[in-house]
Amino acid sequence: MTAPVLSVEGLCVDARTPQGARRVLHDVSFALNAGETLCLAGESGSGKSVTSLAIMRLLAKSSLRVAAGAIKLGGQDLLALPESAMRRLRGGDVAMIFQEPMTSLNPVMSIGAQLTEAIRIHQGAQDAPARARDMLDAVRITDPARRLAQFPHELSGGMRQRVMIAMALSCRPRVLIADEPTTALDVTVQAQILTLMRELKGEFGTSIILITHDMGVVAEMADRVAILQGGRIIEQAGVVPLFTAPREDYTRTLLAAVPRLGARAGEDGPPRVTTISPPTPPPGESPVLFVRDLAVTYRAHGKWFGGGSALKAVDNVSFELRRGRTLGLVGESGSGKSTTGKAVLGLIPFAGEVALDGVPIAGLSTREMRPLRRKAQMIFQDPYASLDPRMPVAAAIAEPLAIHGIGTASERRERAAELLRRVGLSPDHGSRYPHEFSGGQRQRICIARALALEPRLIVADESVAALDVSVRARVLDLMLELQETMGLAYLFISHDMAVIERMCHDVAVMRAGRIVEAGSRRAVFEAPADAYTRELMAAVPVPDPTRRPGVPLIPE
Amino acid sequence: MSPGSLLRGVARRPVLALALAVIIGVFACALLAPLLAPYAPDDQMFDGLSLDGAPLPPSAQFLLGTDTLGRDLLSRLIYGARTSLLIGLVANGTAVMIGLAVGVIAGYFSGLLGGVLMRFTDLMTAFPALLLAIVLAALLKPSLWIVAMVIAMVNWVQVARIGYTETRSLAERDFILAERAMGAGNLRILTRHILPHLVPTAIVWGTLGIATTVLLEATLSFLGIGVQPPQPSWGNIVFESQSYFQSAPWLVFFPGAAILATALSFNLVGDALRDLIDPTQRGRD
Repeated sequence: MTAPVLSVEGLCVDARTPQGARRVLHDVSFALNAGETLCLAGESGSGKSVTSLAIMRLLAKSSLRVAAGAIKLGGQDLLALPESAMRRLRGGDVAMIFQEPMTSLNPVMSIGAQLTEAIRIHQGAQDAPARARDMLDAVRITDPARRLAQFPHELSGGMRQRVMIAMALSCRPRVLIADEPTTALDVTVQAQILTLMRELKGEFGTSIILITHDMGVVAEMADRVAILQGGRIIEQAGVVPLFTAPREDYTRTLLAAVPRLGARAGEDGPPRVTTISPPTPPPGESPVLFVRDLAVTYRAHGKWFGGGSALKAVDNVSFELRRGRTLGLVGESGSGKSTTGKAVLGLIPFAGEVALDGVPIAGLSTREMRPLRRKAQMIFQDPYASLDPRMPVAAAIAEPLAIHGIGTASERRERAAELLRRVGLSPDHGSRYPHEFSGGQRQRICIARALALEPRLIVADESVAALDVSVRARVLDLMLELQETMGLAYLFISHDMAVIERMCHDVAVMRAGRIVEAGSRRAVFEAPADAYTRELMAAVPVPDPTRRPGVPLIPE
Repeated sequence: MSPGSLLRGVARRPVLALALAVIIGVFACALLAPLLAPYAPDDQMFDGLSLDGAPLPPSAQFLLGTDTLGRDLLSRLIYGARTSLLIGLVANGTAVMIGLAVGVIAGYFSGLLGGVLMRFTDLMTAFPALLLAIVLAALLKPSLWIVAMVIAMVNWVQVARIGYTETRSLAERDFILAERAMGAGNLRILTRHILPHLVPTAIVWGTLGIATTVLLEATLSFLGIGVQPPQPSWGNIVFESQSYFQSAPWLVFFPGAAILATALSFNLVGDALRDLIDPTQRGRD
């Protein structure tokens, strides 16, 4: 067997804290063979990004330090290299692509200038512009000559990530480190980028270290997998053995927590998590949310004189939602699903008809709207951003009660404590601030806050997208339990088909501001009528390495 | 945060303790000036000048020396603390309040109201500050309070700019949207969720501004439209004596040092205060 391209041996990394050094990476060892894709998989805080930054020697010097170990690239220890030699190596022999292609590209430089710069630095090539065009061709970007003159904001997210890949591969690196390269992308785009990476690996003879939290992506891409937890590699195996016979408990939990598309085939509605029987709404009860011909128009900013053009973000959307049921709004970014969610709560101006609990809300003033606000609440994607960082969480939970002048201060405190308990947190935590909690706990706090007014409808906008899979499953279970005990109706907005399948009774698929397909979850998932729905479902990575799809690569 | 842990926190930072001591000292001087000053501040003493009429350097009789009119410098500095501190606090406090109010309202209610307020702020920024101060001071009869108001009128614009920018970015955050979704009114959002986030900025500007305020007051005094002599302020002491810098350096050095030490101390204490009231910084050091 040939020597590995890259080997990491006993790598330890310390973080500098006020209490002294704290080890964040414990004795991490792995080898990357030629032409291989190794996935470093783990949840947030597992140390996967620290590992990749250590290989690049890009750890933030002020806070992180390699304490022990060796990183060998073709027999040469990277940790012993002087910075100048390391700089030649970066981008030349070892290249990296990041999660967010927009922030990794310089917004004021044209694509061509950035690509040729990368090629010139490492190869001093005279024909850099021509090579740049060839690279864009290689990553299947249509009309490469024109793209070279464009700027990052003129390209779509998928195209930007293709440019990043072109840049990374332009010097034919021996190792490509991809840190969550598709996490910020839509699922159909993700499928394209993953296929592209698989094809290019062969063409360029590059070995790939792929860092991801998504076991579906692991199943599709990896030859071998290393599972990280708390800064340690706890299991390392070939991808098929790992998925079929995981050795460690943690790996098993991780795999079990991955929602699988098709897991609820043959069932109506989400699983029951309590013994309470499903509500039978009395006939004639008005729907909790009724929407007809909803349209939201954004006026693009005009020039100094003359009006801007109007952009229809949501057009002709109609649906209704009854007590105790969940309607999933699914679609990719820009499909108008979040805008719909805000419009039905009257947070943005809209046209059309929206009725909350039978009361039309169109044209209501802030004052007239206030009593209706008690009936409908919202849970956002990023729980940290949606909590006031200067407010203790008990006060945050009691905030809606205070706004509506319900109860005395001490009654509100009691209610907050009770709500904390309701979502599985200790009431003693009430005096802490949001930054002292983990992501999953923060989302529980947001749910508690949304429950304070005993609403009938909760709009959940990508509410679990920012959470690790194992935490996500528990938050979803909590939401199901609350629905069953309180008869809540959810408008569940997500891009994640598997989460939608688990949570919803009914589904509406949105694209470019319109509903392209709607119906019961079972009907839509088991017999999708629209081509776009089928495309969405086909693009979801399957957490089963033996069933790798052959997605046809579409040039962009 | 208990007073005990507060004290321990201060004790662990000697520079902060020193800064606090300076501020307390300046306040004590201002409050207890008649008790602390060895002479009257406007007493032109015969033995305060040398035989050929030159000011005296520091000695046992005049601890910090005397000025060109034979007045005791230490006494003038102690009484000057009154004037300078008053102007520093009143002028700056007013400037920060006006600036925050304009900035927050303009930032939160963008649109016509915000546009009008911010264009007015731009206009004030573009207007030469000193010229404005001279015009205002010339129109109104110079007195301590008028000087403070004039300085506030000049200094609020930067605070307004910063308050505006911060409010704009805060108003876009999800927790403000969450508040609106709960049914909170504008007043509640402004006072409970936007203003508290601006307190650190206000503190930093309030303390940074004290130094510039003392200096602006000195400039106005120099032009004859500030605090009127013989009432001493640190600024007018520096300006009265600057032409004697070569022959009597103590006349510039001591009031200059007083301004510097006070301004620096306010900045340090302001910084510490900002960290202290930020819940995300608590428990760190």
